[in-house]
Amino acid sequence: MKNKYSIFSLFKNALSYHENWQKAWRDPEPKKEYEAIIIGGGGHGLATAFYLAKKHDMKNIAVVEKGWIGGGNTGRNTTIIRSNYLWDASAGLYDHALKIWEGLSQELNYNVMFSQRGVMNLAHNLQDVRDLKRRTHANRLNGIDAVWLNTEQVKKFCPIINTSPDIRYPVLGGTLQRRAGTARHDAVAWGYARGADEMGVDIIQNCEVKGIKRRGDGIEGIETTKGFIKSKKIGVVTAGHSSVIAGMVDLRLPLESKPLQALVSEPVKPIIDTVVMSNAVHAYVSQSDKGELVIGAGTDAYISYTQRGSHDVVEGTLKAILELYPIFSRMKMLRQWGGIVDICPDASPIISKTHIKGLYFNCGWGTGGFKATPGSGDLFAHTIANDEPHKLNADFNINRFVSGDLVDEHGAAAVAH
Amino acid sequence: MFLINCPYCGERDQSEFSAGGEAHIVRPKQPTELSDDQWAEFLFMRKNIKGVQLERWNHAHGCRKWFNMARDTSNDKIHAVYKMGEKPPSK
Repeated sequence: MKNKYSIFSLFKNALSYHENWQKAWRDPEPKKEYEAIIIGGGGHGLATAFYLAKKHDMKNIAVVEKGWIGGGNTGRNTTIIRSNYLWDASAGLYDHALKIWEGLSQELNYNVMFSQRGVMNLAHNLQDVRDLKRRTHANRLNGIDAVWLNTEQVKKFCPIINTSPDIRYPVLGGTLQRRAGTARHDAVAWGYARGADEMGVDIIQNCEVKGIKRRGDGIEGIETTKGFIKSKKIGVVTAGHSSVIAGMVDLRLPLESKPLQALVSEPVKPIIDTVVMSNAVHAYVSQSDKGELVIGAGTDAYISYTQRGSHDVVEGTLKAILELYPIFSRMKMLRQWGGIVDICPDASPIISKTHIKGLYFNCGWGTGGFKATPGSGDLFAHTIANDEPHKLNADFNINRFVSGDLVDEHGAAAVAH
Repeated sequence: MFLINCPYCGERDQSEFSAGGEAHIVRPKQPTELSDDQWAEFLFMRKNIKGVQLERWNHAHGCRKWFNMARDTSNDKIHAVYKMGEKPPSK
């Protein structure tokens, strides 16, 4: 039984210099067999295990992770959470996640520092204005809060933005989702890991999957660096490495893996209390609780698994940032990194069964998976437990690339993917 | 970020080039006779290799010519550059 985190436990542990905190999760050796195995110990994988145990009563499950939990894209994103997507299918999916975010800290007894500081998307040309207004209407029809702001209202909401008509891409307005915001990404992985572990889920770190053993039309288990582990149900949540795992069973996926970069500045006093994204110039910025500016850059155009990214992509983003926020001109950038994102041709994810019985894939989140973490885990757990998709992820199946029923969020979503 | 040895112009910065994705995907000769599965395969399904991948590049800010490359996607090292129509290196 885990000790509950509270003001009293904080006080009690302060008396012993915080040296006697209970471990948040165990470090078990893999058992011989599990009811289900989740490959990938990022936010989505851990959330899947958590909801399998909590809502579907599957306790004998394992999460196997090549490195350490939350060390991949979960710890590399810019932590933005929003649900203002254009199409009904996406709106349903992302708003389902946003609703779980709103109660997540209480559900996990773990402070994920979810902060509904609002996300503003800027328009820089007439087409942007039309697209963003259309999206606001679509959002409201789907019950998602969204408002259109004109240039003066943008300036009022975020005074440091340069709204001069003389800049190369002037701000013609923007949309605002007030329920959107940010969360502490590491805490999401740790909170889900702690919660899943408490219900008996084995989280096995430093355990790389080397192969998937098939039997008949199903699955027998996985070959790992810690030996063979039996299981008839495997959920794959490996983001940029989804094609690598799919290659083990000759499954074809429509994914391309590319480095997506982010960077943070030196910490400064509070200067921007919201998240501002700009599709046309591809720059988005927010400020972390530590005071760093968190800046999201774009993806490289070529396939790569290097977790680095090109310098010219960062340069392009920072040029746009400087034009929009001249006040940042003397800020120093502290750290830059890349994460490998798996991008679908329609910029929508795959949460799906496959033609192999007992093998499920949750991938293709591309550049925007963090916001969906709780919803993705919940719906993927439902899909694995019932061997049938939930109605919210039914449209996000692999077969849509054969049938042509794409969920085309390229350009339709609030930011370029 | 890396340097690419364009077969026409010589070594240039990668930012001068556009990536064209996986190479040697043959356009169907009889598009009208393709099944949905075959279309999906041609249009969408990709190997997305972690390791040496054969891919197309275009020297967009240079000679604007297309060519092929064998590049290791796990470390961005380029093993070979070859012109369109040429066979990929054997290893």
